[in-house]
Amino acid sequence: MRPDGPSARPHSPAGHPGITERTVDVLVVGGGPAGLTAARRLAAAGAGRVEVLDREREPGGIPRHCFHGGFGARDPRHLVPGPLHGPEYARRLAADALSAGAALRTSVTATGWAGPRTLEITGPGGIERVTARAVVLATGARERPRAARLIPGTRPAGVLTTGELQQAVHLHGRRIGSRAVVVGADAIAHNAVLTLRAAGVETVALVSSRPPLPVPLSLSLPRPRRPVTVLHRTTVTELVGHGRLTGVRLRHEDGRTAVVACDTVVFTGDWIPDHELARRGGIPLDPGTRGPAVDTAYRTAEPGVFAVGNLLHGVERAGIAAEEGRVAAGQVLRHLAGEPWPGPGLPVRVGAPLLWAAPNRVHPGGPPPLYGRFILRTARPLALPRLTVSQDGRILYRRRPPLPALPGRPVHLGSGWTSAADPAGGALLITV
Amino acid sequence: MIRVRVTTAGPLPGATYDVVVVGAGVVGSAIARELARHRLRTALVDARDDVGDGTSKANTAILHTGFDAVPGSLESRLVREGRHLLAAYAAETGIPVEPLGALLVAWDREQLDALPALAAKAERNGYHEAAIIGPDEVYRREPRLGPGALGALDVPGESVICPWTTTLAYATQAVRGGVELHLNCRVENIADDGEHHELTTGRGPLRTRHLINAAGLHADELDRRLGRDDFTVTPRRGQLIVFDKLARPLVNHILLPVPTALGKGVLVSPTVYGNVMLGPTAEDLDDKRATNSTEEGLRALLSQGERIMPELVAEEITTVYAGLRSATEHEDYRIRAHPAQRSLTVGGIRSTGLTASMAIAAHVMDLLPETGLALGPARELEPIRMPNIGEAFPRPYQRPELIAADPAYGTLVCHCERVSLGEIRDALTATVPACSADGLRRRTRARGGRCQGFYCGPAVDDLLDTAAAERGAPGTVTR
Repeated sequence: MRPDGPSARPHSPAGHPGITERTVDVLVVGGGPAGLTAARRLAAAGAGRVEVLDREREPGGIPRHCFHGGFGARDPRHLVPGPLHGPEYARRLAADALSAGAALRTSVTATGWAGPRTLEITGPGGIERVTARAVVLATGARERPRAARLIPGTRPAGVLTTGELQQAVHLHGRRIGSRAVVVGADAIAHNAVLTLRAAGVETVALVSSRPPLPVPLSLSLPRPRRPVTVLHRTTVTELVGHGRLTGVRLRHEDGRTAVVACDTVVFTGDWIPDHELARRGGIPLDPGTRGPAVDTAYRTAEPGVFAVGNLLHGVERAGIAAEEGRVAAGQVLRHLAGEPWPGPGLPVRVGAPLLWAAPNRVHPGGPPPLYGRFILRTARPLALPRLTVSQDGRILYRRRPPLPALPGRPVHLGSGWTSAADPAGGALLITV
Repeated sequence: MIRVRVTTAGPLPGATYDVVVVGAGVVGSAIARELARHRLRTALVDARDDVGDGTSKANTAILHTGFDAVPGSLESRLVREGRHLLAAYAAETGIPVEPLGALLVAWDREQLDALPALAAKAERNGYHEAAIIGPDEVYRREPRLGPGALGALDVPGESVICPWTTTLAYATQAVRGGVELHLNCRVENIADDGEHHELTTGRGPLRTRHLINAAGLHADELDRRLGRDDFTVTPRRGQLIVFDKLARPLVNHILLPVPTALGKGVLVSPTVYGNVMLGPTAEDLDDKRATNSTEEGLRALLSQGERIMPELVAEEITTVYAGLRSATEHEDYRIRAHPAQRSLTVGGIRSTGLTASMAIAAHVMDLLPETGLALGPARELEPIRMPNIGEAFPRPYQRPELIAADPAYGTLVCHCERVSLGEIRDALTATVPACSADGLRRRTRARGGRCQGFYCGPAVDDLLDTAAAERGAPGTVTR
């Protein structure tokens, strides 16, 4: 794979010496599961020049550094883990996109917009302005670091996110420390424990502000060979140590506090879409997800600009992101074939304790969302929630999902009600 | 003979220095730069592993006009003079500065009533551009302000500046001018034989004829080792919240609080890196290492920020930090020559020290002959140009001609801050090189963005380790 791709008939725009200008048919920003899968289908369908940009040296996104199985499930709707390790999955996605005819450019960064569908790109080969007939944003999500979670204390070394930990251990072979506290208790936190173990770091405890998961669900978590203490209903209230972390102060819901000695703390989960490029392009975000607001066809408010994957929701499994890429590619093809870009549609809002819904715009009579369902998140556990969709006080849909709703896990809402919405009415409201 | 100009480990040179400056913060480095003009053997020493790693690194990064100083004070004069000196120096050396102007926004009757006195004080401090503006004008200039602003004092001369590049520029020019910089070199004791000071440091003895105490937070302790007891430093902690760069369009000016009897309030200010800062708190402490943020402090900042600009506090937080200002029991700077000790103390330099730094250094040069140090003729220093890490000027990733000449400037390593491999390489091999992750962040912004290392942390750490191995120093571990 070349670090930089060819330029089709480059020329310098007037007044911008040294900046080359090109056009492509589809520009996909972000070479993770969603972007690569979209590019593969687009290229295979003959969409013309389909170019994927990735700012890392290797494509694949987050699975590149997930050295555990569970990827590549045949049907990502089910919780059955797939057979592939993350890096292998990442390599396959890239190879498939390439063999379908997509151009894959790594070590290049889309730094901003020079027009509605024109991106400015920096790489070792220089600065370019690439104009596309369709832009697919697939820039993914990241874990909020310690400061964004407002954890007080000193600023010592030894404070990481799972993403940084996995890269440090699996891609860079770096030394981590000896005793770790992991913040979080879901699957990502358990995977962090495995990565720490691979680096010879003992995990002292997992810390979660939530109550324990119901037993049947906890069985789906990755099992470390040795059990790890999980401190539920507990938060990290302070980082201690100058130069290097020496401990974290914990507080239980009941008010008890203690300092746990450790030289490493890993903050897991708490995802935020990497929405910088979308925002710099003036693309409206959904207030709940903080990703671009999209309709069920992954269209943003900006004509010709689509958004897919975990940029829309922090986060779903890689397989879901990939499926979104595949489905969105179909919509991109319709756009390239001249289908008119619709108006903004009806916003989908949620009421507390729900946090967000994705997709979050609806055109009555439009295509159904992926798997005919909306994805929701809740802030607190709901044993038997009854989900209601209403518009201007009129109830369109009411249903109990078969499973309890748990924080950090997807809650699904069927989409049969979208055709019943009044296109001239107000926002659609999902409540519990 | 190759003269080692920057050392971070091992024994110190055995020769006797003419003058040693203790403390490589913004003030000590500015003084060292002035001394570099003279034919003297000068050393600049610091306990930390980098210049500007104490109070100088964690401030509000404002280039002040000095409009609100105590009229007639030394601080007032040095801030006024230093402002012009530093503005000119910044333009010459490439230190990022943005002349945004400040608004002191009044949120209640008491604050509104305080504005005329502040305007009059500005006049007495020789600043004539301050003017009171009404609420309509305030909202016209700052449409995102929260409701309830009654008016403001407009101080158009206030700017934001990069405090890190400032200290680095001084130190770089000092070292290139012949000053020796010794880091990781804590001064533990001082013995005076009437002709020489023999400093006991963590890296062995150091002899000098003259001593300049610019030890910031520790200036009182160092003075006591010289047998002087003129002031006591009480660390005053300021916690600050730095918001995501995507918040930058919300704010047009430096929004300063109106000081009243009830307290000082907090500011909202853009940074030259394109973030928005909220803070600081002001907490008098005993512990000179208490650079930790606290739950109460952050909560208080957010609730004040909520009033000033509700949309700001809804943005993502990039980082939080706390700095310690070296407050003393005296209102003014304490800059004194001590002829009997052949020494000079620069104490009580508060948050205005960044603005005043060059004028403080010039003032110190005026006082030094009183300590018996003959400076001799001064020469011009070689001009320098610092790498730009500010957003108001083109960064390397935006410069096609630079990337064409060296593709490393188009190879981005830190994505959030768009820091290229070329910039990191330059910082690791600079005259005053980055030796730590923090040092690299202050020189390039690498790892200082919204992801705080999620994407680039290990790659940046690898580059640091490689550079350290090439220098023969032990590697750092992953943060």
